Amino acid sequence: MERIRDAFAALGSNKALIPFIVAGDPDYDQSFAIARAILASGADMLEIGFPYSDPLADGPVIQAAALRSLNRGCQLPDCFRLVRDLRSETNKPLIAFTYVNPLMQYGATRFFAELAQAGGDGVIVPDVPLEEAPELARVAADQGIAWIPLVAPTSGEERIQAIAQQARGFVYCVSSLGVTGERSSISTQVESLVQAVKRHTSLPACVGFGVSTPDHVREIAGYADGVIVGSAYVRRIGDAASGDGDAVEMVTRFTESLKDACRA
Amino acid sequence: MSMQNNYAFPDPNGRYGQFGGRYVPETLMSALLQLEQDYLRLRADASFQTELAYYLKQYAGRPTPLYFAERLTEYLGGPKIYLKREDLNHTGAHKINNAIGQGLLALRTGKRRIIAETGAGQHGVASATIAARFGLECTVFMGEEDMRRQALNVFRMRMLGAEVVPAMSGTRTLKDATNEAIRHWVSHVDDTHYVIGSVVGPHPYPQIVRDFQRVIGDETKEQILEQEGRLPDTVVACVGGGSNAMGMFFPFVEDTQVQLIGTEAAGHGIHTEHHAASINKGRPGVLHGAKTMLLQDEYGQVTPAHSISAGLDYPGIGPEHAHFAQSGRAVYVPVTDEEALAAFYLLSKLEGIIPALESAHAIAYVVREAQRMQKDDIVVICLSGRGDKDVEQVAQMEGGLANGANS
Repeated sequence: MERIRDAFAALGSNKALIPFIVAGDPDYDQSFAIARAILASGADMLEIGFPYSDPLADGPVIQAAALRSLNRGCQLPDCFRLVRDLRSETNKPLIAFTYVNPLMQYGATRFFAELAQAGGDGVIVPDVPLEEAPELARVAADQGIAWIPLVAPTSGEERIQAIAQQARGFVYCVSSLGVTGERSSISTQVESLVQAVKRHTSLPACVGFGVSTPDHVREIAGYADGVIVGSAYVRRIGDAASGDGDAVEMVTRFTESLKDACRA
Repeated sequence: MSMQNNYAFPDPNGRYGQFGGRYVPETLMSALLQLEQDYLRLRADASFQTELAYYLKQYAGRPTPLYFAERLTEYLGGPKIYLKREDLNHTGAHKINNAIGQGLLALRTGKRRIIAETGAGQHGVASATIAARFGLECTVFMGEEDMRRQALNVFRMRMLGAEVVPAMSGTRTLKDATNEAIRHWVSHVDDTHYVIGSVVGPHPYPQIVRDFQRVIGDETKEQILEQEGRLPDTVVACVGGGSNAMGMFFPFVEDTQVQLIGTEAAGHGIHTEHHAASINKGRPGVLHGAKTMLLQDEYGQVTPAHSISAGLDYPGIGPEHAHFAQSGRAVYVPVTDEEALAAFYLLSKLEGIIPALESAHAIAYVVREAQRMQKDDIVVICLSGRGDKDVEQVAQMEGGLANGANS
């Protein structure tokens, strides 16, 4: 948890760039190489998607990545291994993104303990809203893992307040209605969502879902503390996996262009 | 079983014991809370109930008969068998009960558009039907594999003016159609009502669908008292998500002398990997927004289900059924594809009633167990739908329509 706080503190007036990739996509070794390249080329933290068979909150790009990963046999122990292997090289925060069912099957205490031991810092569980979260958030905290909840454009002030109070690490602001996936523009509503979050917590507020280009990042950096970029990375990795370019080179260039857009 | 008295589930958190809840993206939470509020208000609203009763009677054709299956009873030489004829509803299955209720709910909450998921296509057809009647826009999500298996229902939905969207992910069946419907709802939650077709999904859906389907059991109770002067010994219904079963079971929950039997699709057999027996072979997990019994691997990846019937081809089950199984109030038994197919033919030949392959699972259980029941026992089977939709599929299994059906 301290790593997340320190990482935001070290940014000064710059904003955090938080890329997302799926563990094991397209296979373990490549996802490790891709993650390293992203961290080496300017990412401030990394969100690691744990592949799941039924990713309800994800659009087609990340669904396909989860399938590529699962088809190569990537399972939870491999996800923890990726965190551990990255931790041996970086001091940047590593955040797990997992659906609740794999977490529940593994056992919440065991899951968070192993994540912490591997060097993970936070967790995002997109299908656990406020009402279902207290127990899991408590177990995560006991193991030193930050519970990073989502707020949505539909949340309303009362829920935003309660979610902000539940949050550790940062608050994840969902940019628009819908699932993950690239969008041509970012809704102007998200700025007021970020402001609502900031009324209720001093934690950083970061924006994700649909953030696809340096222009989007620049726009969001004007009012949020960080940006999460997922599908735009995962699509590039998918393109490379089907023979269209080199993934490490593509994510490196992409990260550099986004990082530039995060500078004040 | 005093614990069953004053049955009061779901609890305020939308739980049925340890099952149920609301495991959905935050984006949907406000809509679910609003839906719960609207629903509880309308449920207590006399004009809503009057309107619902009107459509159930004049449009769907309720009450459906409770028919004494005399020849099946004679053939099996066992208990007296009654069939609750949900197949006689408009559109051919119990699904219309819920579709009418939720269609009215959409109208009363100002939604002009509905979406639905469908497996066998019966719920999709019911939703498309109601959308046509109430002047709502309708989009139905259906697994690509099911669209192939149930091509006739796809055509029916399109005739009724609905858009049918193939779900191309995963196993391309009901599970994936439900994923797609939920994803779509997340994007259109401000103007769209999601008509879930079974007692599954996040709270308050399992409760809403149960309440709209309980008319099956309420009528059955009244009809059996009229015809036999007492409650049945056993009530049997097939279970995929479990809406016809819940509709039949729920009014009997506190009548603990009535045995409740749900038949799960055992596919090729529960010792194989090709079945849909989530109670018998699953473990607690989360699917489609609810904690329930779920077919999954050791790391919580959902494993594909299999059943001869698209409507039972589902790796989960309604959370209240999971609760009934855990508390022992209902028992869930596996029935194979082969047994269901045999029952499909048997009922056709003996009673002149072609049952849906889903409903044939419930009949098959009684065929199998009749010897172990008393002659004066009364058994009610929920005949949840008619089998016309399955005729082509069965014909293909028998080598094509030209080959007759004389097995």
